[in-house]
Amino acid sequence: MEPILRLEDVSKRYGGVHALERASFACTRGRIHALLGENGAGKSTLIKVMAGVVQPDEGRIVLEGSERRFLHPQEAVAAGIACIFQELSLMPDLSVADNICITNPPRRRGLIDRRAQRRIAEAALARAGAEGIHPLAPVSSLSLSRRQMVEIAKALAREPKILILDEATSALAAADVERVFALLRRLRDEGLAIVYISHRMNEVAALADDCSVFRNGRHVATFAAGTRSNAETVAMMIGRDIEHAYPPKPARSPERDEGAAAIEVKGLSWNGRLHDIALAVRRGEIVGLGGLDGQGQREFFLALFGVLRGVGGEVRLDGEPVAVRSPREAKRAGVGIALVPEDRKTDGLMLPMSVRDNISFAALDRFSRTGVVVASAEAAAVGEIVRRLSIKAPELGDAAATLSGGNQQKVVIAKWLLNVPRIVLLSDPTRGIDVGTKQEIHQLLRRLADEGAAVLLYSTDYAELIGCCDRVAVFLDGRIVRWLAGDDLNEHALVATALDVSPEAAH
Amino acid sequence: MQRDWLYHLREMRGTYAAAAMFVVIFTVYIAKHQTGWAVPVLTTAANKGVLLAIVAMAQTLPVLTSGIDLSVGMVFVLANCLASHLVVGTPLQAAAGCVAVLACGALCGFINGAIIVWGRLQPIVTTLATGTVFYGIALGLRPVPGGDVHAGLADALTGALPGGVPAMLVVLVGVVVVVWLPFRRSVVGRAALAIGSSEAAAYMSGVDVGRTKLVTYTLAGLLAAIGGLLLTFVTYSGEASSASGGVYTLNSIAAVVIGGTSLAGGAGSAIGSIFGALVLRTIGDLLFVFDLEPLWQPLFQGVILLAAVSLGALQLLKVSDRLELFR
Repeated sequence: MEPILRLEDVSKRYGGVHALERASFACTRGRIHALLGENGAGKSTLIKVMAGVVQPDEGRIVLEGSERRFLHPQEAVAAGIACIFQELSLMPDLSVADNICITNPPRRRGLIDRRAQRRIAEAALARAGAEGIHPLAPVSSLSLSRRQMVEIAKALAREPKILILDEATSALAAADVERVFALLRRLRDEGLAIVYISHRMNEVAALADDCSVFRNGRHVATFAAGTRSNAETVAMMIGRDIEHAYPPKPARSPERDEGAAAIEVKGLSWNGRLHDIALAVRRGEIVGLGGLDGQGQREFFLALFGVLRGVGGEVRLDGEPVAVRSPREAKRAGVGIALVPEDRKTDGLMLPMSVRDNISFAALDRFSRTGVVVASAEAAAVGEIVRRLSIKAPELGDAAATLSGGNQQKVVIAKWLLNVPRIVLLSDPTRGIDVGTKQEIHQLLRRLADEGAAVLLYSTDYAELIGCCDRVAVFLDGRIVRWLAGDDLNEHALVATALDVSPEAAH
Repeated sequence: MQRDWLYHLREMRGTYAAAAMFVVIFTVYIAKHQTGWAVPVLTTAANKGVLLAIVAMAQTLPVLTSGIDLSVGMVFVLANCLASHLVVGTPLQAAAGCVAVLACGALCGFINGAIIVWGRLQPIVTTLATGTVFYGIALGLRPVPGGDVHAGLADALTGALPGGVPAMLVVLVGVVVVVWLPFRRSVVGRAALAIGSSEAAAYMSGVDVGRTKLVTYTLAGLLAAIGGLLLTFVTYSGEASSASGGVYTLNSIAAVVIGGTSLAGGAGSAIGSIFGALVLRTIGDLLFVFDLEPLWQPLFQGVILLAAVSLGALQLLKVSDRLELFR
């Protein structure tokens, strides 16, 4: 059958990074087509191109036989392409009905016809199998799972020919997942072309007719569902990466395994997003957090760092129970927790301030007497750490914004090292950083551990987890589902556990 | 469904709260007033209140998109000065003058919108700068207070209708019916709320963000000019007073907040802002009938404003990710 939508040799670069490189893709009416790939494989960019959110640098988009260019999401919507994004596209202050009809509300004499809108919303909600949602309820009052159902109803109200779902089930409660699956099968039978992205392999197996695998922005293979095993599929997703030297891990010595843990967490829960998390990290150990993006790793760090309210469970440092209620308490001498946050530009740095001010900021108390900063002490400490991390800044008085991404990240790390932390939490510290700086950071982490710090490293890069960490806890839906260490700590096991398929199937 | 009215109440609670506050304060005011409920008292109160109410409506529109318009007071003053030149002569000439004044206000608003949308500047700095420019033009038009206005039109609009209804109130209702209600129910109005609620989500939903903002700021300019035109009918002259422009701008923001519209945008109503403006005005008069020093007026207005804003902040106590407080 002739595909309804074809993408041919589509490329997209962000700065020097290829998000998509001559990728091709096609989907057909009456089929569910699954897109597979690791984090950063280019799937999201691909569907953004289809939805008109991103304009490709090169390549052609052919819809129903004619070449099209979508300069704006509206144009894609008008052409019959409806997209349900991973980040919800709902306006929280507006009602469910307002949201469903936002793009093209029914009008009478130029004004929105609220009764007609209400009927459309009720029909769309019913079609999505979410009759229980009141059309006048503000979206902000709904749970995440219900919001996702509204999102699906919103897409259906546009009467699309092609429906794209990006991780649409990741936020759904189990009962809603079943409803969405039944719905998608019905829509397929009605003749819609459905493009489906999910990291859950069992969902793909249950739902898809065709599968396409992407890796590093390139299209790897397309095949009919069920013709390849999970192991083959996972192998296609991983591919072969260039070997990368990691600092040697110390042999596990018995005396290291004894003694109180530097940090021990028991039964940590928060707000329905973190469930009963338990882990212990000793001095000198680097423990990794694995799993897909957004499974609670970030929240876990924020909970330890005192940012979240209403955290349940127990945290012990060197055997002493502590309650950290703010980052200010977390960095105090008796506690000594440091967090290198995920987004260095917003949470890690004050971009317009100078490199020096950024580095000394978290440790100003150490350099000040009666509240006045002693400039010579500050300059000495900053100078020393800049040499130690070999931060390349032409002038320490320059704004942090002028540095390269790698050096900015080093500044964030330096800021916390000045405070001499006992526990270092790092959230994806090498994302978007050049290879050279990556290696320096890896070596630095090992050095910190050797000097007696307990290091917790969350990374979306599986190779980094394997290369750097002594043990890895795999997160799924806010829980630790599996510990990997030694020979078990390999890419197959990490990917398979993260995707929630049995590790045997991936071998 | 029987829950409809609950959702309606929830959506409109800010407006109802402001209306209730106004009824209480105004009742006290009338009860204490030596003349009491009489046509001249009501007409004077309406003439003062409606001016601010209309400027507050103007302010509401950008605020709904989570923007702000610091130039509304200056457009108000500019329209006043322009009207004192143009709204004179024969009835036909005066009518043409009115249209010209309103067109000028809409143009001012369009310029604001154009700079914000195409120049990508923040609304607060843009309108601070353009407001000063508008004031400069007003000063050029009226270096000293003076001018004139069509007396018949002025008397008709600032007096009382047969039956004792202040004509200004009818004008206010007319503005609501002609400008706000259609806006609220139009696609542009819906889009403005969507942008205020989440600009990225609105864009992803295919909303034309740029056009919506342009229309919103243009309407704000138009409404501010309506206010300035009415001011001319009340004072029979034009005056380029920067103090008056500044006070109207700040009071319009206060009225918007008292009326239950969130400065973060996305939810609120110009009707609420009208009641917010009337509350602010009546508080001033309240001190007068209680024979208190007028010096206390700013202090009382400040306390009322703080109380009203605090109600809106109560929900922050529920936030469990403290980072959200800063976003």
